[in-house]
Amino acid sequence: MGHHNYEDAKKMVWKGCAVLAIVTLIEVFVSLFQKGHIIAGLEDVPAVVIIAALVIGILSIYKAYYIIYNFMHMAQEVPGLRMSVLLPTALLIWGMIAFFQEGNSWGERRELIKEKDRVEAEDAIKPQGMLLKKIETEKLQ
Amino acid sequence: MATNTAAHDEVHENDQDLWSGGKQPFKASYGKLMMWYFLLSDAFTFAGFLIAYGALRFSSPTWPVPDFVFSTAPFGIHHAPLIFVTFMSFLLILSSVTMVRAVQEGHRENQRGVVFWMFLTVIGGAGFLGCQAWEWTNLIYKECMTVNRNPFGTHTDKGVYLNADGSRSTAEDDLFKPGMGYLIHHAHLDDHGGGHSHGDDGHEMTAEEKFLADANATVAAANLDMANLPEAGVDFPGFRLNNEGFIQRKFVTESGVASVQENGPKAFGALFFFITGFHGFHVLSGVVFLLIIMLNAGGGLYAARKNGYEMVEKIGLYWHFVDLVWVFVFLVFYLL
Repeated sequence: MGHHNYEDAKKMVWKGCAVLAIVTLIEVFVSLFQKGHIIAGLEDVPAVVIIAALVIGILSIYKAYYIIYNFMHMAQEVPGLRMSVLLPTALLIWGMIAFFQEGNSWGERRELIKEKDRVEAEDAIKPQGMLLKKIETEKLQ
Repeated sequence: MATNTAAHDEVHENDQDLWSGGKQPFKASYGKLMMWYFLLSDAFTFAGFLIAYGALRFSSPTWPVPDFVFSTAPFGIHHAPLIFVTFMSFLLILSSVTMVRAVQEGHRENQRGVVFWMFLTVIGGAGFLGCQAWEWTNLIYKECMTVNRNPFGTHTDKGVYLNADGSRSTAEDDLFKPGMGYLIHHAHLDDHGGGHSHGDDGHEMTAEEKFLADANATVAAANLDMANLPEAGVDFPGFRLNNEGFIQRKFVTESGVASVQENGPKAFGALFFFITGFHGFHVLSGVVFLLIIMLNAGGGLYAARKNGYEMVEKIGLYWHFVDLVWVFVFLVFYLL
């Protein structure tokens, strides 16, 4: 819109198509690389998995930026509109940190409970522990 | 004194002016502004779902490997990780591009151009929905995943599978290591040919296909009442047939522990169908609105309007948003 003439604008659209398609292909390539489809064995290297995940994440955010600014013409809106739509999404950063942390904690607690159940089951087989103590204390009284 | 009064009056007048209506502080029409805010709220809804997916994934000791789960495509393509879903992404990107062209033609008041490019956008959206329908059908009917059952499990140890007769498999494909995915198959007693006639089309059967053929024959020979299987399932030398009729393959881990394939985390199925379904519903309603606005444009409604083809711009914003959400659904479900 605005300062572009029609031919320029048309060119911009096809350029956008190429950018999104190429970024998507790179993402898929990095994802397959991360899963060990390109070079076998890489899926077991934690550093590769984490770096690849970060790269894919950043490329996705770039795609989102490209769509919002060039296809939805956010670049041509006034700063007030731009900020009132884009700034609130910053809350999601905290949302991600908090809920992923929370999920991790659920997982750890579940493991802890499993471990406790296992230890208790083992103890129940052995003729000792609470029951013996109870008998002993009863004898003492 | 006089100048002061004049200045005061001027401020007062400007104030009146600002609040008397008809002003656009954001230089955008009411409709477009509200579309932006609707999209913001919708972004939070989707973000909530995707963050819930992340939280549940972090809480689970194992999670289905996406490149294993999503490796089937139409026309009998197997073991092609992410190919089909990449094609779906391209469809949405292309339909977003044609939508931008429709908005541009709208600015030029070119009625035929608007209808043409919107029509292509509708085709792209409908194509995406068709692909999603195929993907869901394949997952539900072929691979038996539902909102509360997830037959895609993941190994946590290194080990080897047993053959259907209970002997340890010697095939290289039957060795597994931590993080490798597996799919628990439903027993196919009446399946002669069809999906499992791999001998016919000439290609060598994989170790898993051989096992399944043997297991299905074993189950068929046992003459079980498949509708009333015991709660604990039926034990066979090389696998367990659970009470829903699924073949859970037995294996031995490196440390010598004997075990059977268990279903993966239940939440995966529910999250997948709910989130991709919610996105698909957005695509569907987008296609419906695109069609309505395309017909209106073709009928000359917007040519007669004071604000021209703004309606096309508004549905365009919505349509790009649907593409934008797919970027993140694609990221979370398929790429990571």
